[in-house]
Amino acid sequence: MSGPNSEYDPVEVTPLRADQVEAMRDAALAAISDAADLDALKQVRIDHTGDRSPLALAKREIGALPPQARKEAGQRVGQARGAVNKALGERQGVLEAEHEERMLVTETVDVTLPTDRSQRGARHPITTLSERLTDIFVAMGWEVAEGPWVEAEWLNFDALNMGEDHPARTMQDTFWLEPSKAALVLRTHTSPVQARTMLTREPPIYVVCPGRVYRTDEIDATHSPVFHQIEGLVVDKGITMAHLKGSLDHMTEAMFGEGISTRFRPSYFPFTEPSAEMDMVCFVCRGENSEDCRTCRGEGWIELGGCGVVNPRVLISCGIDPEVYTGFAFGFGIDRMLMFRHNVADLRDVFEGDVRFAQPFGVEI
Amino acid sequence: MKAPVSWIREYVALPDDLSVDDLTAKLTMLGLKLESITTPADAITGPLVVGKVLTIDKEPQKNGKVISWCTVDVGDANGTGEPQGIICGAHNFEVGDLVVVCLPGAVLPGNFEISARKTYGHISAGMICSERELGLGDDHAGIIVLPADAGAPGTDAFDVLGLDDPVIEFEINPDRAYALSLRGIAREAALGFGVPFTDPADREAPAPNGDGYSVIVDDPVGCPVFAARLVTGFDPTAPTPGWMAKRLEQAGMRSISLAVDITNYVMLELGRPIHGYDADKLAGPLRIRRAEQGESLVTLDGARRTLSPQDLVVTDDSGPIGLGGVMGGDATEMSEKSTRILVEAAHWDATSMFRTGKRHRVTSEAGKRNERGVDPQVVAVAADRVVELLVELGGATADAGVTLVGEAPAQPVTRIDYDLPARITGMAIESEDVVSILQAVGCRVDADADGVDVTPPSWRPDITDPYDLVEEVARVVGYDHVPSVLPPAPSGRGYTQAQKLRRRVGLTLAGAGFTELITYPFVGVADWEKLGFAEDDARRQTLWMANPLNAEEPQLTTTLLPGILRALGRNVGRGNDDVALFEHSLVFLPSGTESAPILGVERRPTEEEWAAITKAVPNQPLHLAVAIAGQRESAGWWGDGRVAGWSDAIGAVRDVARTLGVDLTVRAAAVAPWHPGRCAELRVGNAVIGYAGELHPKVCQAYGLPARSAAAEVDLEVLIEHAVEVVAGPRFSSYPVAKEDVALLVDASVPAADVEAALRDGAGELLEAIRLFDVYTGDQVGEGKKSLAFALRFRAPDRTLKEGEAAAARDAAIAVAAQATGAVQR
Repeated sequence: MSGPNSEYDPVEVTPLRADQVEAMRDAALAAISDAADLDALKQVRIDHTGDRSPLALAKREIGALPPQARKEAGQRVGQARGAVNKALGERQGVLEAEHEERMLVTETVDVTLPTDRSQRGARHPITTLSERLTDIFVAMGWEVAEGPWVEAEWLNFDALNMGEDHPARTMQDTFWLEPSKAALVLRTHTSPVQARTMLTREPPIYVVCPGRVYRTDEIDATHSPVFHQIEGLVVDKGITMAHLKGSLDHMTEAMFGEGISTRFRPSYFPFTEPSAEMDMVCFVCRGENSEDCRTCRGEGWIELGGCGVVNPRVLISCGIDPEVYTGFAFGFGIDRMLMFRHNVADLRDVFEGDVRFAQPFGVEI
Repeated sequence: MKAPVSWIREYVALPDDLSVDDLTAKLTMLGLKLESITTPADAITGPLVVGKVLTIDKEPQKNGKVISWCTVDVGDANGTGEPQGIICGAHNFEVGDLVVVCLPGAVLPGNFEISARKTYGHISAGMICSERELGLGDDHAGIIVLPADAGAPGTDAFDVLGLDDPVIEFEINPDRAYALSLRGIAREAALGFGVPFTDPADREAPAPNGDGYSVIVDDPVGCPVFAARLVTGFDPTAPTPGWMAKRLEQAGMRSISLAVDITNYVMLELGRPIHGYDADKLAGPLRIRRAEQGESLVTLDGARRTLSPQDLVVTDDSGPIGLGGVMGGDATEMSEKSTRILVEAAHWDATSMFRTGKRHRVTSEAGKRNERGVDPQVVAVAADRVVELLVELGGATADAGVTLVGEAPAQPVTRIDYDLPARITGMAIESEDVVSILQAVGCRVDADADGVDVTPPSWRPDITDPYDLVEEVARVVGYDHVPSVLPPAPSGRGYTQAQKLRRRVGLTLAGAGFTELITYPFVGVADWEKLGFAEDDARRQTLWMANPLNAEEPQLTTTLLPGILRALGRNVGRGNDDVALFEHSLVFLPSGTESAPILGVERRPTEEEWAAITKAVPNQPLHLAVAIAGQRESAGWWGDGRVAGWSDAIGAVRDVARTLGVDLTVRAAAVAPWHPGRCAELRVGNAVIGYAGELHPKVCQAYGLPARSAAAEVDLEVLIEHAVEVVAGPRFSSYPVAKEDVALLVDASVPAADVEAALRDGAGELLEAIRLFDVYTGDQVGEGKKSLAFALRFRAPDRTLKEGEAAAARDAAIAVAAQATGAVQR
């Protein structure tokens, strides 16, 4: 609607009449909403907003108007074009969404197809179990000590109060190295690491020593010439068997759960005095109604290993004053723990390297 | 050590209603480790009776066997009183012998039901039993022949055989040698239950006199006490009484003859091994000395033994007649005709016993006790006990002469303060408890204000140190009273860097699809042959075991390849077609000629001594090996698979190096067991850390591997040593990257790594990254040539590159590559 015009121009330019502009706009809007797909919309865009579209032509006409009429006509055309562009944008969005939806449907795959392009790997459960055990002690502030597998006879035996004629030497079937005067053995236990630790560190000593050991056992379901032990050694002022019990109880609880504690039975080891064998409460039956328990064979307890107070003779040969320091030590088999914790029936599986053995254990245990 | 409960009860007043489980539980907590409890009757249902063999008809069979068709008088046990007809396969019995008959309806161990059945043309109505059939032992050589006084035919055999009497088997630790006797076990039971103990060794032996058999002890250190007694007129045909035979059987020993049985019985009773000589076979006085060089002796087991000057021997005028304390001699052995018996009871030096037993590889019941230490006070009384039984059961007459040379060494006195047991065990133990417990254990205790001077009892040679006394106190108080207290938390530094990195390496390889394994380090010449190692290959220089399990594998490996390739072959053989393995383990490098010194133990080694030990221990570096066979990537709906090969082995090591932040250099090499054209030498800096690549076809064949199987082995220790400890924070440019691709034609023999290095060299500082993305050989590049396509990325740290700048850098790179490697741009 044109306002009062002082410079009256009797000729009103035809295309810029309000009703005509509205008609152009409505035609465009109708075409937009009729556009069924993006291609159709593209054509609608050309037809109704392109250079040759009625609204574009109308816009061009504005320049021909008398100055007084330009403003109103410009507003009228601009509003129409705005409405058309907005509708185009909206329609574009709707059609794109529809298009994408259709596309995605056509791209549907069978997600149940196998995805096993590459093999799965695993770490050996002895490795991971050993780590899990050392983690417990490291969390308590202990450190991990290690030693060689071929070891000096003195460190494997003598320094641990097992002299040449010690009966305990016959309890361990030792691999000796050639020549015998070399006085070297494949270590029969992880205990030489104890001696090495005491000889190379000052107390207080809190270490755990996992590792491979060797004895002349033929392999069968429960024996292997190569197996693994973990050993703990603490030397400090005021250490007692109670600390030994506390450390072991903590370990078994951390490993097997609340309430899985240990007990001691008197035993004999040359490197400890007093010595004990340690058992842990069976983690399966927890010692209750254990008759049918296959894990502990009805005992309610599982034999774990040996332990005791470090024999002062060992402290002396390793240069530690037993008048000042006391200590405790313990050791048990990692392979055996793997077998009873995971119900492994045959020790041969542990060492044969069949990938089917290690793979189910993954990378942590 | 097997101990019948009835025998234990003979010496200790245990409550009648004490169960065997409660008894063993108590003994376990005192330190006698329980091996087993066996009550044979539990597995047997009667009727099981004494039978008297009436007739034996030997009947040869077509299969070559001879069976015995017997009639056996079983009294009224079969309900008829008629002789029972039984087929028996054994032949160790005669008409008139008493045997154990199992009648139809009985059930033997293993749920073996006995019924009358037709066999070998007869109705066999029952069975004549062997030890094994009754679960009494492993002896299946013949049936049990009972002593003549065992009982009338038809007597229930459960009691005759002691089947209702539980037998406890203990595993006796070296410090509890005294428990290798009923005397010792009963003493522990008395201690445990606080009840009276009747010591079977508490007897008065007749005083020694000058009339006894002449004995000269030349080596009183090796043989501190020697008692000899003579009996005459012994009836060698006298049978072993049933009660004695039963106890011997229960304790796991066979009844042999009365004289032998008596010596064994007294050994079990008192712990003191006894030897009996046929006195008629002795020539002149007995002399105890060390053997002389060149002497030899045939021992009871028939073996001729060359003696060492360290062996203690008993001699007579003929020379050595016994390996003292370990095993008697054949020539003077008691026989079924011996009527004059010289009884020897002697205390021997335990260490010497141990060494002689080890030297001659003899394990005997006597040696087992003598090398662990026997009560030195129980020598004359043991001899006297034997004499008593020979007289009582064998009709012998004890000679009036009594020989006793030497005397028991005094026990050392050990002092402990009252608070030591509490200080060591963490249990609250009062001073008076320390005294009373040590007395209960048998010690003589002299108490004063601070502590006690303790003389251990004669049967406890193991008690030498204060801590031994602590253990005695602790075990009687009870280990179950040890409280559970965490030690003070130390200030640990956690895992070492190397320990952490090892774990990281394992995780990396597992993540890359490799499975860890653990192999044995035992190898032999066959392994070197399979690997194709030349005779002079350094890896064949190994440590050797003196006593390998397998004579074919006496060496300790220097390389992980034998183990991992064997395992790879085993996997493939078991149908695990696509398999990737890794192992990290120490290997054993041969040591020098130094021996590891055997040092004293009274003090810490000196610096020099410690250095000598560490120097003598061979170098055992940590190695890492990978091995791979079959498909690295599987075929599937996504397309083809990819067969594993040389690049996967190298790639695995590269992955590990990357995870450790180590720069790895790869060069071509030709080393066994790899394919000479597909073998890489791997370096860190200038150090060769190992090799990787495709295995030689012959090696694949030798290990049963598919062609193209690959492996790598590196020194993981060196890799870990070079690991980046602190990663420098990266600085990177946010200006645009300019990418340039280059295709270069080179001789096929030129390593891509060289071309890449040259490009890197020539590209200058603007080069951000370079990557080889294609290798082409074929008609388009001509024979003996290859085309290498590299993608280069250029970027400046502080600005956008100008037009042409990247291209100029690329051209400069190409120019250097052309000069260094003869590369021509395609």
